[in-house]
Amino acid sequence: MEQYEPDRLSAAQVAAMRRSFTNGRAALTRRSLLRASAGGALAVGGLGSLSACGIPAAGRSQGGVPAEDRSAKEKTVNFSNWTEYMDVDDSGKHHPTLEQFTKRTGIKVKYTEDINDNNEFFGKIKPQLAAGQDTGRDLIVLTDWLAGRLIRLGWVQKLDPSNLPHAYANLSSQFRSPDWDPGRAYSYVWQGISTVIAYNKKALDGVEVKSISDLLDNPKLKGRVGFLSEMRDSVGMTLLDMGKDPADFTADDYDAAIARLQKAVDKGQIRRFTGNDYTSDLTRGDFAACVAWAGDVVQLKADSPDIDFLIPDSGYMTSTDNLLIPNKARHKTNAERLIDFYYEPKPAAELAAYINYVCPVDGVKAELAKIDEDAANNPLIIPDKAMAAKSHAFRSLSSKEETEFEEKFAKLTGA
Amino acid sequence: MSTLTEAPPPLAPDAPGPKPPRRRGRLTPYWLLLPGILWLLVFFALPMIYQASTSVQTGSLEEGYEVTWHFATYWDALSAYWPQFVRSVLYAGTATVLCLLLGYPLAYLIAFRAGRWRNLIMILVIAPFFTSFLIRTLAWKTILADGGPVVGALNSLHVLDVTSWLGLTAGDRVLATPLAVICGLTYNFLPFMILPLYTSLERIDGRLHEAAGDLYARPWTTFRKVTFPLSMPGVVSGTLLTFIPAAGDYVNADLLGSTDTRMVGNVIQTQFLRVLDYPTAAALSFILMAAILLMVTFYIRRSGTEDLV
Repeated sequence: MEQYEPDRLSAAQVAAMRRSFTNGRAALTRRSLLRASAGGALAVGGLGSLSACGIPAAGRSQGGVPAEDRSAKEKTVNFSNWTEYMDVDDSGKHHPTLEQFTKRTGIKVKYTEDINDNNEFFGKIKPQLAAGQDTGRDLIVLTDWLAGRLIRLGWVQKLDPSNLPHAYANLSSQFRSPDWDPGRAYSYVWQGISTVIAYNKKALDGVEVKSISDLLDNPKLKGRVGFLSEMRDSVGMTLLDMGKDPADFTADDYDAAIARLQKAVDKGQIRRFTGNDYTSDLTRGDFAACVAWAGDVVQLKADSPDIDFLIPDSGYMTSTDNLLIPNKARHKTNAERLIDFYYEPKPAAELAAYINYVCPVDGVKAELAKIDEDAANNPLIIPDKAMAAKSHAFRSLSSKEETEFEEKFAKLTGA
Repeated sequence: MSTLTEAPPPLAPDAPGPKPPRRRGRLTPYWLLLPGILWLLVFFALPMIYQASTSVQTGSLEEGYEVTWHFATYWDALSAYWPQFVRSVLYAGTATVLCLLLGYPLAYLIAFRAGRWRNLIMILVIAPFFTSFLIRTLAWKTILADGGPVVGALNSLHVLDVTSWLGLTAGDRVLATPLAVICGLTYNFLPFMILPLYTSLERIDGRLHEAAGDLYARPWTTFRKVTFPLSMPGVVSGTLLTFIPAAGDYVNADLLGSTDTRMVGNVIQTQFLRVLDYPTAAALSFILMAAILLMVTFYIRRSGTEDLV
């Protein structure tokens, strides 16, 4: 192979290039491909330039980094949310509660559904936040563990309680003081998500399922059980089943839960670890039973009479999706007013009636009953005392633990 | 493509007198190259350098990442995830062979026998591209559902007993097994095999077949000695276009597979997004790239064809 000079093309290469231009047909041949790939590899080999691209440490500023708040001048707020996480009218074009907010306050909401996955969204906003730049978003919705990570990294702003009277008064006690944000200094709950066991009556065909142990051990369900690829939900439910508290467990407990799941994987009991796509496996009957998110189950139940859910005696996991204001957001006050608006019982009820997740607002039941009696009595939406007592949260993890635990869980799920 | 529609321009127009060469004309090719080179620089070379750098960094999200020339990441990644590497090569290789077996007859049919149906069949080959890759893959979950007709038929024909014995399926199901992943890969990359094969076959002069017949070659001999060797460029580029993306694919393994069918693409995704171990993810990508480059180099050298189109 000829010597490659990175700064100048060799005479042979120039000649070859000219030939290929003047011959009318730029022939791609075996040799040219090999030569090109070797050249590319060598160019990459210019290792000297590599050390220039480290990633700076996350700026760990307590309380977040504010920007000039233009809320008074610009009556607008940029709200990024998950898909199908907001009420929609019949035409599918309007969000009634958001429009009420605009009508009352004059603040226009630029509503974007650009969050599909916590991990992916983190990858998306990480470069800007790490560099201390504005993400263009005033309000984002993230699941608790990621919200906790952002708070830990100092990438979100402290909220001003004086703008949040309703939120402060109406936040349901269950969600008041998570260990990753004591006293809710940085975040408020958008919706709660319960993790339960869902099953397909037809596919179960009389097999009784009452607990996670049944899913993991009953040989009649071999290869027809699904778990979630969300580590905290799958491991949390297993910890509960083993009599441990997901809010207070040791690394050994975690390893024991992973080992228990691994055993089920090894003997072919667990078919797959899934994201949201478990819903189709369940309705088709490929899953007889699986760990599932209650919000989905409410919807599936409405569509198919075969689908139902159960709460294991050992309890169930509840996580939350949380409203946060990222660093350098330009309309902080407007964002806070929007948070507060959704903690008034009426808008909260309208939202809950539409999206079927756990409503974090106290005093909503009466309002919800006016809209939808069934929803108001559904413990998956408004948890009663017995339900709330069985609800558990996963404790927050240090960044070292998080990497370690996710790594172990990744090994369990195949990589 | 094979016939020249116009004569090539004369090489050097400076025949009479020592006129200086027209500079602008000589530079034109390079100006035309500029957008492509810039594109490659910004979207290929720079990310590669960045990735190479990431792979030798150490650190954490909180403390930041620094280049510490920690080359051990490569070895650690390889020793931890070699099964996924082997699996990727096996699955992608099997899918490529299946694509060739399915695609060659079809490309042959389109090129030589389809007559006025040629365009229609071509459209049928390309049409699946009009729907999203994800939707097409998800559709396979319905086709191969446990209680569905396909699995029922395979079961009553005892095909699944054979594939079970081969370790390709588990019990009475196809979904969440290696077979489903290989089927998905084959399906999704089949057009990438058919199109280059078709281009290659279509360029073969029909008179060569007649000549072979005149020389008393049987159809099979004609195919073996004339058609197939002439279609080698298509075979090579088709297999490359199928194998390379299939080896790095993770969607099929994710949606149609299970814990024991995860490919290296899945590992990279998990390491990058979930575990947040960026160096390992970058190292894995480089190992995959190097492995593919090696295999492809070896393959092209052995295939004995000069043209790739």
